[in-house]
Amino acid sequence: MGLFETLSFARPELALAIGAMALLITGVFLGDKAAPKISIAAVALLAIAGVLVFVSPGGGATASLFDGAFRIDAFSAFCKILIYAAAGFAILMSDRYLAGEKLGRFEYPVLIVLAALGMSMMVSASDLISLYMGLETQSLALYILAAFNRDSRRSTEAGLKYFVLGALSSCLLLYGASLVYGFTGSTVFTEIAKAASLSGDNAGLVIGLVFMISGLAFKVSAAPFHMWTPDVYEGSPTPVTAFFAAAPKLAAMALFTRVLMSSFPGVLDDWQPVIALIALASMLVGAFSAIAQTNIKRLMAYSSIGHMGYALIGLASGSSAGVSSVLIYMAIYIVMTVGTFAVILMMRRRGGMTENISDLAGLSRTNMPMALILTVLLFSLAGVPPTAGFFGKWYVFLAAVDAGLIWLAVAGVLASAVSAFYYLRVVWFMWFDDPAPAFERDHGPALGFAAWGSALLMFPVLTVAMGYLRQVAETAAASLF
Amino acid sequence: MTESFANQSWLSFITFAPLVGALFIAAARMVARKNDDGSINAEDLPTVERNSKIIALVFTTFTFLLSLGAYALYDPSVAGYQLVEQFPWLGGGISYKMGVDGISILFVLLTTFFMPICILASWNSIKSRVGDYMIAFLVLETLMIGVFCALDLFLFYFFFEGSLIPMFLIIGVWGSKGTKEFAGVVMPSRIYASLKFFLYTLLGSLLMLIAMAWMYAQAGTTDIPALQNYDFPAGAQTWLWIAFFASFAVKMPMWPVHTWLPDAHVQAPTAGSVVLAAILLKMGGYGFLRFSLPMFPLASADFAPFVFALSVIAIIYTSLVALAQEDIKKLIAYSSVAHMGFVTMGIFTGTEQGIDGALFQMLSHGFISGALFLCVGVVYDRMHTREIAAYGGLVHRMPLYAFLFLFFTMGNVGLPGTSGFVGEILTMTGAFKLNSWIAFFAAFGVILSAAYALRLYRAVMYGKLEKEALMTITDVNTRELATLGVLMAFALFLGFNPGPALNVFSPAVDLLIENYNTALMAGGVN
Repeated sequence: MGLFETLSFARPELALAIGAMALLITGVFLGDKAAPKISIAAVALLAIAGVLVFVSPGGGATASLFDGAFRIDAFSAFCKILIYAAAGFAILMSDRYLAGEKLGRFEYPVLIVLAALGMSMMVSASDLISLYMGLETQSLALYILAAFNRDSRRSTEAGLKYFVLGALSSCLLLYGASLVYGFTGSTVFTEIAKAASLSGDNAGLVIGLVFMISGLAFKVSAAPFHMWTPDVYEGSPTPVTAFFAAAPKLAAMALFTRVLMSSFPGVLDDWQPVIALIALASMLVGAFSAIAQTNIKRLMAYSSIGHMGYALIGLASGSSAGVSSVLIYMAIYIVMTVGTFAVILMMRRRGGMTENISDLAGLSRTNMPMALILTVLLFSLAGVPPTAGFFGKWYVFLAAVDAGLIWLAVAGVLASAVSAFYYLRVVWFMWFDDPAPAFERDHGPALGFAAWGSALLMFPVLTVAMGYLRQVAETAAASLF
Repeated sequence: MTESFANQSWLSFITFAPLVGALFIAAARMVARKNDDGSINAEDLPTVERNSKIIALVFTTFTFLLSLGAYALYDPSVAGYQLVEQFPWLGGGISYKMGVDGISILFVLLTTFFMPICILASWNSIKSRVGDYMIAFLVLETLMIGVFCALDLFLFYFFFEGSLIPMFLIIGVWGSKGTKEFAGVVMPSRIYASLKFFLYTLLGSLLMLIAMAWMYAQAGTTDIPALQNYDFPAGAQTWLWIAFFASFAVKMPMWPVHTWLPDAHVQAPTAGSVVLAAILLKMGGYGFLRFSLPMFPLASADFAPFVFALSVIAIIYTSLVALAQEDIKKLIAYSSVAHMGFVTMGIFTGTEQGIDGALFQMLSHGFISGALFLCVGVVYDRMHTREIAAYGGLVHRMPLYAFLFLFFTMGNVGLPGTSGFVGEILTMTGAFKLNSWIAFFAAFGVILSAAYALRLYRAVMYGKLEKEALMTITDVNTRELATLGVLMAFALFLGFNPGPALNVFSPAVDLLIENYNTALMAGGVN
């Protein structure tokens, strides 16, 4: 393949990279006044990248570029579409907030696009080097976004904390990657897989693998590497938190999945218990730590830790059904998260944002549509039918039971019963308590669209059309094997 | 083509008709004039509320008529599933499949029959957020009918667990006043009750979810008829049985996991209690008959003594607890647990009398305890208290009410001539055949039920009318008389002539027992 032909397969990434540079230069010339226009352009850019995922040469076919470092397949296409959509919503949902907090700077959409580019590379990475490049492109953009409100102590603290811990996790990952390279002699996933299945004694490889797992667990904020999550979620500007909770989680989980499934299928017995324990710990931390939270962003942080635990159950299964359950779970999780944060961004009263759960008291009397949306999303997060969250849980538990990890599935349902309590607590505030002062009703079309759209997707659209999502996810999962 | 489509989707129409009603009420809300803060304009509010009630009544009645249509289409002489419909849903062996047999058709009728009554019972007693309340009830009806019609295990679970959400909101939003201290936190007791209800039943049913996943992984389908014919290995049956038991025992509820029920009953509004007692509890018994017995026959036989022990404890212990209650609703709630003890006992005898009796007891308990909660609602609407001590001598002011209450109290005791008698005698006959000691102990429950029911009746109805507040209390009005009268007619009719009900479910029960015994033979039990 010639260079241009090779590059033509990576059209979405090229579009994002070139587009982001162009937007940056435009922003420098036009200044912060042009921020709203640059936001629109960034969303358009993400939409174009999304379209390019489908119209790439071979359209959805599998291709391996740059000597196996970059892989285009149904798996990466599935994740890219979701990532671009989540990034687009993160930009759209931020306009009022950033204007209100006097943060309307043009760098915001550009950084989100750059992060999306990094994530796009992550989900296609099939080589240790490209893995790290994608991961760092994403992370650097995210560190800055966390500290985007640079005059706020909490925001800068969040950015710094995220940076220090993120750098540490990157070190772990790199060290693990170097060990893996040392013991297998290659950085390409498929070559690693071949070497790993050949060697009889692979203790060194497994040590390297465990380091890599630790680093990746940091990125998906799975316990016991979750400590940064609540502080970063709470401190970052809310639209940034909305972004953190959605797209990067999917990208890291997809990377995690691809690394384990394409490089280390031969040592499944070695990593399966590790992932299972991480999943268990995350579910327990997510379930129990969230109970005492009063700030809804912290609540969502612990909730996301728990959700990563459920998704990791699917990964721990180590089967094609497991991978497809991870994809289904993450797709549903992203939609729920974007919708929930859209509602949190609507919690604005007399010009100021509110973040306490008690501010939602009596919402069903003061703002019925908002209460209804949040109720659907919360029941979906809790995994109660008839919402889509239930299907997500069903497929990961199914994969676990199928793989013989019944104990993990039982632990999962017990944790989800505990976590149901704190979701219900929010529902109880909204429906059973006397009303707090009403929120402002003027929140712009983007938030309304995101909130309504995600609630309707969770129930009833996906409830009916779940079979379709399952098919798409199964096709995507099959491309890894 | 259209006619065959109507026939094919008859059950779906019944199931989703109430949901359409809920959408209408939501639409009525939306078109009403709004204040600036989004609440409905004070001028429009009475109209919107009245329209909500009327829409709810029309749709529940319409659903009842539709279910009568299904009953007419249903051929009781055939044992298998009828009115079956199937549409693709999740793929891979999980589909949207509905159908009824002799066991479920009567529960569908019970559900659709009770909903208009519940709407009527709430007509004047619900004062706040009437539209929301009616929507919650209509959604609940859809989910409950779905539970009884589902012929796919996954679909069943979907409805089964989904029904928690509207009930959770009904108890929490429209529950009664009062506070309770729990774990150092003082909270309104309705919230405590609704959370307890939700988490208790959720935890129970989540274990069933794992069992379901395992069964699906084994059999490759969640189709109920297919699973009923699938031979699960004996060792696995034990675990699957326990997981399903956890779910249904909580729902039933059986001793010792019954403690959510008194709380939920006491706090729920009258119609909520009626639905809980008449329909929601029956899902547990229905689950045992639909899943535990046919799918895990070997484990069911192994665990039968265990179930008998729990049932007998429930019958005697909760009857004694009922004797000590100060709150009318709590007393009836405990008596429900005792009566459900007869049901579980009857089901696991695996005999024709036992299962027929259990089914009959569930139907009859639906009518009688539903009616008793309506009776409590009558005085609660007037006096706003459920304490037994607050009443006394009501017979002087409310003769008609006293008569109705007496009838249902006697039905609850199991007086011959009421439907309560038939169910208890049949389950005890079934138990007697198996082990006379079980029947012996269960019979104590009948005596105790007379003790607590008569104590309640004496304290509320007889004696001098001394309390100041009771001097002006009025007798039942036409609406209350109509609802209670219909229930009384049913309880009497089935008490004297149980044939119509027994004829509907006995072919299905016979088939179930035949398969059960065949499986036991094959498994080397007996």
